[in-house]
Amino acid sequence: METKPRAPSKLQVRNLNFYYGKFQALKNINLDIAEKRVTAFIGPSGCGKSTLLRVLNRMFELYPEQRAEGEVQIDGENILKSKEDVALVRAKIGMIFQKPTPFPMSIYDNIAFGVKLFERLSRAQMDERVEWALRKAALWNEVKDKLQQSGTSLSGGQQQRLCIGRGIAVRPEVILFDEPCSALDPISTSKIEELIEELKADFTVAIVTHNMQQAARVSDYTAYMYLGEMIEFGETDQIFIKPARKETEDYITGRFG
Amino acid sequence: MSSGDHSSKQYDVELEQMRSRILHMGGLVESQLRIALEAFEKADIALADGAIEADRRVNELEIELDRLVSHVIARRQPTAGDLRMIMGVAKAIVDIERIGDEASKIARAAKWLREKGGNFRLNRIPDIRACGDIAHTMLRRSLDAFARPDAQAAAAIIRDDAGVDERFRAILRQLVTFMMEDPRSISAAIDTVWAAKAIERIGDHAKNIAEHVIFVAQGADVRHTSPDEVDRTVAQGR
Repeated sequence: METKPRAPSKLQVRNLNFYYGKFQALKNINLDIAEKRVTAFIGPSGCGKSTLLRVLNRMFELYPEQRAEGEVQIDGENILKSKEDVALVRAKIGMIFQKPTPFPMSIYDNIAFGVKLFERLSRAQMDERVEWALRKAALWNEVKDKLQQSGTSLSGGQQQRLCIGRGIAVRPEVILFDEPCSALDPISTSKIEELIEELKADFTVAIVTHNMQQAARVSDYTAYMYLGEMIEFGETDQIFIKPARKETEDYITGRFG
Repeated sequence: MSSGDHSSKQYDVELEQMRSRILHMGGLVESQLRIALEAFEKADIALADGAIEADRRVNELEIELDRLVSHVIARRQPTAGDLRMIMGVAKAIVDIERIGDEASKIARAAKWLREKGGNFRLNRIPDIRACGDIAHTMLRRSLDAFARPDAQAAAAIIRDDAGVDERFRAILRQLVTFMMEDPRSISAAIDTVWAAKAIERIGDHAKNIAEHVIFVAQGADVRHTSPDEVDRTVAQGR
């Protein structure tokens, strides 16, 4: 199966197997994630798409009985074997979750918090970084006059953009989105989708979504997964107009029993 | 194309409705064309009126199908084989409706011939009948191919269009000869040119339908390519 995008790849997944205890959740995944493009993962619940995303920045290491075999390469380095501090990996490869999770602190501090872990910035530099991140997250105009208000006072959609800003603030190279809109209303959703479109100018993006139409709208490449296997990978137009595999066709046309 | 049912039964019902409506519309146009060709050959006003009248129902079906297409796109966001089928329907109804218009033109030419009187030789040139038969067969087969959908069958129809075009040129040559020999035949010859041109256009529309079938079945766009290229594309897409 074709697993290589035409654009240069940023992340290379090689022979990846993943286990929850004895249960194998990912089966020999091989995939390239294109640089400064959006790659979407679709598939029914339990297909392994969120698991794969969690492997890409070693999020799974929080749980002792979970184990990954194989390689995830970024810039020639296997992050699964890497001696690098996991926090540094996650600064390079950030993740946005399903539910907005602002810290119980001011909007400004929400953004500054992660930056302080990695960098020593002057007050002026930090102000600049916070503004940059909030602008990239398409939130600046809505919050610039209330940066000292609590992050939790924002609406759901604003909170999610705040989390995206927090992820961006540490200047990652890759941003992983795990169902970023499933708790949001349609208008907030379209703002996030618009934002994802803008983010790919600077970042490599991977997104897991249950909403197939969202995958079709935001992504350049789409991977269809089922029961821990990657069934098909291709350009999003090809997947949604003329998928090569019948399994893909059945899923995206809603013939899934 | 997918086989099997959607999780949503209502979606299946809507797609099936679309398929059956377009085949019904195609069937109506096919019989309209048959009547129009016969009306022309016999210069028969009653038959011609019947063919012209049939166009009304065809137009209604076009509007109904358009509405159904918009409905399904708006409600279901179709993808893959479903998307291609719906695209195919949206395009094929335009061609089918135009064939209905062309059939009406043939019927109108039949009426003019009869109303002007004179001799009825030109409308009986064997090439007109042959050309009409080929176009009519192309239409019937393109609708069959659409119903299945069958890319191989569609490719063969595309090849047949050259036969219609060739006959059309032969008809023109004969009509020019008639007109030069006998200027009194000019009026009837012009009516016959209208009918022949309509038949030639019907061949083009049937060919378009066949091209839509290949897109529906295989996702390949074969418009503006030669019949040889079409064959190769279809063979690859198997």
